[in-house]
Amino acid sequence: MAELSYRDAVARGIAQEMERDERVFLIGEDVAGAGGVFKATVGLLDQFGPGRVVDTPISEQAILGAAMGAAMTGLRPIAEIMFSDFFAVCWDIVVNEIAKARYMTDGQVDVPLVIRSANGGGARFGAQHSQSVENWAMAIPGLKVVAPSTPEDVIGLMAASVRDEDPVLFFEHKTLYSHKGEVPDGEIVDELGKAKVVRKGTDATIVALAMMVPRALEAAERLAEDGISAEVIDVRSLIPLDTATILGSVAKTSRLYTVEENPRVLGWGAEIASIVADEAFWDLDAPVRRITTPHIPLPSSAPLEDDTIPSVERIHREVKESMD
Amino acid sequence: MTNGVRAVDHEYGEHDPILPAPVDPALDQAPIAQETRLAMYQLQEEIRQVEKELHRLFLEGLVQGTSHLYLGMEATATAFGTALRPDDYTFATYRGHGHTLARGVPMKGVFGEMLGRSSGILGGKGGSMHLTSVEHGMLGSYAIIGAHLTIANGAAWSAKYRGTDQVAVAFFGDGTTNIGAFHEALNFAVVYDLPVIFVCENNLYMEYTAIGDITAVPNPAADRAAAYGLERIIVDGNDADAVYLEASRAIEKARAGGGPSLIESLTYRHGGHSRADPGKYRPQEEIDAWMERDPIATYHQRLLRLGVDEGTLTGISTDVARRVEEAVEHAKASPRPSLEASHTNVYADGGARWRN
Repeated sequence: MAELSYRDAVARGIAQEMERDERVFLIGEDVAGAGGVFKATVGLLDQFGPGRVVDTPISEQAILGAAMGAAMTGLRPIAEIMFSDFFAVCWDIVVNEIAKARYMTDGQVDVPLVIRSANGGGARFGAQHSQSVENWAMAIPGLKVVAPSTPEDVIGLMAASVRDEDPVLFFEHKTLYSHKGEVPDGEIVDELGKAKVVRKGTDATIVALAMMVPRALEAAERLAEDGISAEVIDVRSLIPLDTATILGSVAKTSRLYTVEENPRVLGWGAEIASIVADEAFWDLDAPVRRITTPHIPLPSSAPLEDDTIPSVERIHREVKESMD
Repeated sequence: MTNGVRAVDHEYGEHDPILPAPVDPALDQAPIAQETRLAMYQLQEEIRQVEKELHRLFLEGLVQGTSHLYLGMEATATAFGTALRPDDYTFATYRGHGHTLARGVPMKGVFGEMLGRSSGILGGKGGSMHLTSVEHGMLGSYAIIGAHLTIANGAAWSAKYRGTDQVAVAFFGDGTTNIGAFHEALNFAVVYDLPVIFVCENNLYMEYTAIGDITAVPNPAADRAAAYGLERIIVDGNDADAVYLEASRAIEKARAGGGPSLIESLTYRHGGHSRADPGKYRPQEEIDAWMERDPIATYHQRLLRLGVDEGTLTGISTDVARRVEEAVEHAKASPRPSLEASHTNVYADGGARWRN
């Protein structure tokens, strides 16, 4: 067991898989020589050499097209899209090509690849470098979508993603890169499609993802001081979605809150709210409440950005008020 | 007052005709085995007859959706298909029926797919624009302009990474040269020295618009080659021998570690862009001249000059016609896919399950 940062966990997770499987390689802008603009791939070039850790031009379509073609022909690429906002310039390759190749060819084509990307806000980068786009990805049949919140999960879910036969969009949260956590020694392999109950509770279920998980946990601490016992679930994987864990928790607490960094309209929590309304309506004692970033682009200035992305205070306030 | 921004000084559809080059007489002496030439004649006939039959099946309403026929352009796919090795990779566009047949994919599966039957090579889930047969090295037909050039790079990357000498070929139209992915893919291929060949089938029209009217240079692919340090290559795309020689050269170079090539193959489609388009924006003089230079007629004449008798060529055509008919009958007799098929092969477990 050792303390590791989320950023170092990315490099360790990739290294674990590259050591295990020669078919795995890493490509992206500045991932090799510079060790990544977020320093999340430091040391990989030295360990695996320039044939397997490769700097690319600023050509997001070419990067993902190359990853797809390589995956179709027997390799297991990990490609980086530096900021998830940049998916907008290569979304064709993701949505029309990678996601649909297996289906359109009726199973002839496998596309086992991982696309890592720094997602989310809180870094004052403004509207084009701060978006939470996990809900874009979730809307596309054929993709799997993962967003870890802890260093241990980064490694375990990276391993599960690399070993998966389907294409996985792996969203790293850029504001979590500096967060630290205890990580066991040795190989770590997790499972896609498993949510994690990260705090037990009886009065309310709070479902969160990525950076919203530590905030939800802190809000739950404060709620406990108010006499409210909140259960916090880290969704971890949007596709496949572990609805059983969520429905099980709602059956116990009878109240559901989603905490979402993506803009409100058609955010991932809307799908969960819809499922709970369909399948657990009679378990509920109150309307489902979604705590989200509003339907606005993200502003840059600190007070403005802090006011838009759900904060510990806001999560605490909204849950408490609705339960009074 | 101006009259706005215009690309050209002529009315739509009234440009000067662009005429084909005459047949190069020296190609009669090209070092291509007679057997190879007869195989290329047969393959061009197969593609021609399959496309004509598909057109007929459209008119009967048996083929639905859209379709982009390869009539008039058969020489390019034929020559490359003949020059490639079975383990090489082909990436085509939505105008990919010919490229699929040229990799040896059986007609029955192609017709089955076009008729939306369970016997289709994609089980009826892909259709005209996505023909794929991995076991034949046909890694797909891609319907979003430009994407598959980048994907072909990946297959070439993989071949190099795995230490094989396989090559990848991406076919695309003239219109593709104006999209970003074309330029990203070329730079990428050169930077990593990938065994990939980019083949621009320039049929002079980007859908319904003359390519020259909306492109900065006269030869949309070849004139861009220098920007990526590549040789400027233009080939007579209506002469299978001309394409075969150029294809063989590029394939050999890529296989030997010599990196990518960009080839512009000049050709012309007999019909419009797709099923809905009669192609009326093309000057009649131009159409007539290109019909005269039809690749199969050109090849027929060459084979006669080289001593093949008419009866042999007729025999090939008759045999192809019989196989086309059989394949069509097979497709017509095949059942439609079961409705459950819609929900299969979304994910690698074979199903469409996204939650528990």
